[in-house]
Amino acid sequence: MQSVKLVQNLARFSFSRTLKSTSNLKGVQRNFSISHPRLNEQITVTFVRASGEKLTTKAKVGDNLLDVVVNNNIDLDGFGACEGTLTCSTCHLIFKPADYERLPDKPGDEELDMLDLAYDLTDTSRLGCQVILTKDMDGLEVKVPATVNDARSA
Amino acid sequence: MNMLPRVFLRSYSSIPLIKKKIAIVGGGPAGFYAAQYIAKNLSNCEIDILEKLPVPFGLVRFGVAPDHPEVKNVINTFTKTAENPSVRFLGNIALGQDVSLKELREQYHAVLLTYGADQDHRLNIPNEDQENVISARKFVAWYNGLPGAENLQPKLTGDTVTIIGQGNVAIDVARILLSPVDLLKNTDITEYSLEALSTSNIKRVQLVGRRGPLQAAFTIKELREMLKLPNVTTVWRREDFEGVEDLVASLQRPRKRLTELMLTSLKAQNFTDTQERQFLPIFLRSPETISYNSLDVVVNKMAGDKAVKTKDMENLPADLILRSIGYRSTCADSEIPFNEKAGKVFNHNGRVLVNGDSEVIDRGLYTAGWLGTGPTGVILTTMNTAFGVGKHIVDDFNGNLIKCDQNKPGLDIKKLRAVTWDKWERIDKAEIEAGAGKGKPREKIVSINTMLEVAGV
Repeated sequence: MQSVKLVQNLARFSFSRTLKSTSNLKGVQRNFSISHPRLNEQITVTFVRASGEKLTTKAKVGDNLLDVVVNNNIDLDGFGACEGTLTCSTCHLIFKPADYERLPDKPGDEELDMLDLAYDLTDTSRLGCQVILTKDMDGLEVKVPATVNDARSA
Repeated sequence: MNMLPRVFLRSYSSIPLIKKKIAIVGGGPAGFYAAQYIAKNLSNCEIDILEKLPVPFGLVRFGVAPDHPEVKNVINTFTKTAENPSVRFLGNIALGQDVSLKELREQYHAVLLTYGADQDHRLNIPNEDQENVISARKFVAWYNGLPGAENLQPKLTGDTVTIIGQGNVAIDVARILLSPVDLLKNTDITEYSLEALSTSNIKRVQLVGRRGPLQAAFTIKELREMLKLPNVTTVWRREDFEGVEDLVASLQRPRKRLTELMLTSLKAQNFTDTQERQFLPIFLRSPETISYNSLDVVVNKMAGDKAVKTKDMENLPADLILRSIGYRSTCADSEIPFNEKAGKVFNHNGRVLVNGDSEVIDRGLYTAGWLGTGPTGVILTTMNTAFGVGKHIVDDFNGNLIKCDQNKPGLDIKKLRAVTWDKWERIDKAEIEAGAGKGKPREKIVSINTMLEVAGV
């Protein structure tokens, strides 16, 4: 954990220095990922329970939405049971149609296969572990489908 | 979340707090998920998870296929639950043998039964007890190292295995039988089954289902995995799919995508490579009679969602027959109101009923997982229902529906050979060490005596 923090701090340090030259130096920066400016960019993401309760958190660009839940201890029981290995659907999230359309990557067959087993499947459902945050997702709101966590009592 | 009861208790602070004692019988996914929910949401409680075997995790250890290690990641969450100070894992304690339900109800305020389904449905057709007919459940237990299953010796000398049933257990078994051994050797599959599979002559695995492709019980992930399995060809019967394509557009998304995948595979089908092992899903057939090395099936046709027998028969080769038509629970203790017909405990959303004739709830007794719902669904399903029953338990304590006016001792383990969590960790460590030399995540200990020896109990 400590080393992760150290890397984050270092990254923060070098942020302003490398910001302008990102596009030119991509190859180089992969070798020196510490100075990659995207590492320390933070956006805000909100998880909305079916009850309407909102859980807002800072999230790192480059993390996926399961990372965000785990790293920020977002209180969602059972979320991400298979730990992001595409073998369950417990990190199912529902996007607003406009947000869904804007996502850079479309779901692959394996993700759709798992979503097919999810409760409350919608046309704008994704698995959180497969959605990687970009800077322009700042302010994103995603719905966490109803489970025993909130509204729907078994 | 549970502010009201806390306020209530605080205002009567002269009364010493009574620890709410809960026994969970069965250390599989349902038990661990329920424990997780209760430990988090119920104040001042102590939970004991009693497990018949010396080792935890139930079907995650003994059911999930060895080539699906990702599914076993849930073990990390279960481990966190077991390490919670208000949770105690007690392995090697069997309900009905080491302790009775009556005793548990005297020693705990609430008892949750989550001991699963360890038997299977029978076909009830002639010659079912023949040597080459075994249950898929036993076959799974064999390759996964369930104590007692190690001597199964499935007959792998013939070239055709016929599996009756088309659920995900059937697919798992087919995949293990057809997989190149190289794909299995670095998994936690037991060494003896890896050896047996490496000398197997099996070339064809047939998967026989009563109904048609539109009712197929396997899920799409499992089918896609079969279609991608190296050196294995999937061979569909074209006639099974008559009229199916016309209905695709009207299907719900999951069923639609599954059907489309089957149709795509069917269209790409060619029979040129006969060297490869074959996976053969066969629809619309019901087993009638088992012969020495074949199976007589009756041809069905669909009437709506139901399969109806015709007069036509077919004989399918079957050197080994695996029955995979569902698991069933058994009654571990005569005090359990057990529905023999359905193979589960009489209950209403997890609250156990006094008996099968009424809707009267037996307060303080609960069930979750396959014992309560019947043996269906993936881990997600069990997780959701276990959380749901956990919520009922929390609500019933907080609503004073569970009698909680005196201290309860919990199980006295002094005279029992209980495998506590630290002792399981010894077994865990020994297994991981034994696997390391072979490039396996672990080599499971199969003998209960060895488990207990390693645990030091």
